[in-house]
Amino acid sequence: MIGLLIRDLRLSVKAGGGFGLALAFFLIVSVLVPFGIGPETALLREVSGGILWLGALLACLLSLDRIFALDWEDGSLELLATSPLPLEMVAITKSAAHWITTGLPLALVAPLLGLFLNLPEDGFLWLVISLLVGTPALSAIGTFGAALTVGMRRGGLLLSLLVLPLYVPSLLFGSMVVSNGASGEAVGTPLALLAAISLGSLAILPFASASVLRVNLR
Amino acid sequence: MSLSGAVLPWVTALAVAMVVGGLIWGFFFTPNDFRQGATVKIIYIHVPAAIMGSGTWFMMLAASLVWVIRRHHVSALAAKAAAPVGMVFTLIGLFTGAVWGQPMWGTWWEWDPRLTAFLILFLFYLGYMALWAAVENPDTAADLTAVLCLVGTVFAVIARYAILFWNQGLHQGASLSMDTEENVADVFAYPLWTCIIGFGLLFICLVLLRTRTEIRARRLSALIAQERMA
Repeated sequence: MIGLLIRDLRLSVKAGGGFGLALAFFLIVSVLVPFGIGPETALLREVSGGILWLGALLACLLSLDRIFALDWEDGSLELLATSPLPLEMVAITKSAAHWITTGLPLALVAPLLGLFLNLPEDGFLWLVISLLVGTPALSAIGTFGAALTVGMRRGGLLLSLLVLPLYVPSLLFGSMVVSNGASGEAVGTPLALLAAISLGSLAILPFASASVLRVNLR
Repeated sequence: MSLSGAVLPWVTALAVAMVVGGLIWGFFFTPNDFRQGATVKIIYIHVPAAIMGSGTWFMMLAASLVWVIRRHHVSALAAKAAAPVGMVFTLIGLFTGAVWGQPMWGTWWEWDPRLTAFLILFLFYLGYMALWAAVENPDTAADLTAVLCLVGTVFAVIARYAILFWNQGLHQGASLSMDTEENVADVFAYPLWTCIIGFGLLFICLVLLRTRTEIRARRLSALIAQERMA
């Protein structure tokens, strides 16, 4: 399992693995927002938390179809399915690798983009915390979506249609944590619920991902 | 097939009779509301469509469970057949709601919990149908959509309650319950119940019809495959 994780990380960092693309996308989305809604600092301050969460979510979505696509194409997914490692563990390892290569760096660069978007100072800490807590759910849900659409033509488009509605609760609580934190209100409840969604997704979705992978490999 | 074939015309006739009867009763033989005027009559389409819009998803959930557990082919086909029906009911609910909301709340759309949850339900229907359309092998498609339906249900329920934290709404609460004091007045409630039952029967009739079509299509493709083998 650790070996698989290290292999996935190494593959994604190498050329063509798409590491960094998500980060660049996140940067561009956040830079484009002021062009769309105008440069007034007061307005930007209001919406910055939500915009950053939305940007992180879209950046996450961008790299989802790569979770299984390459392994599917060269046949290593079938090898993984016949290996002694249960497919559920493969799914959770893939989610972890995806999170380490997208969710974690996104959370770490988010404060910089918060600076661009005039996020209030109190919000920075909560932005990082909410992204750290919330993005594992995005990766787990995304792995499920990628498992559903693995091997399909035009799977990427379908993937976003399937996955985005599932992202609603995470996005909602995540941006609520940031906006509450920025305005100095209590963040306990939304943060706890955000963590609950992440833990619940991590606990249940690998089973769903593994079952659809088995169907797709049949 | 023989049972559903025998039942179908009766259900259809009853559904048409109750929907038409309920709507005519509601539109022409009930007074206008003293505050809402004639717009109150939208209720006879809005409420039944909304009930069936969310009810259809639960029927799909049950059918998906039957498919996952017992692998009964008809249940997978029934879930497939129900999805577009539910989507259209949801769309009707959203549309009539917008038409009703414009004169009453002064806005076509409001990010109210119920409205938002319904919009998300609509997106779930779209994704479910897109997945059915994207997979060629019918058994694979049935398996994948069944799992999507189960996972989707969990997240739809979470989203429904998450939205309550996010925004408070304009939409009124339950007004047809058996146990509460303040309900829709009887004059409106009787034709409304007729319409709700009529829409339910209409749903049964459409799903039966579509499932029968799916079964026939499946048999036909099996026959064609046999022919080719021979």
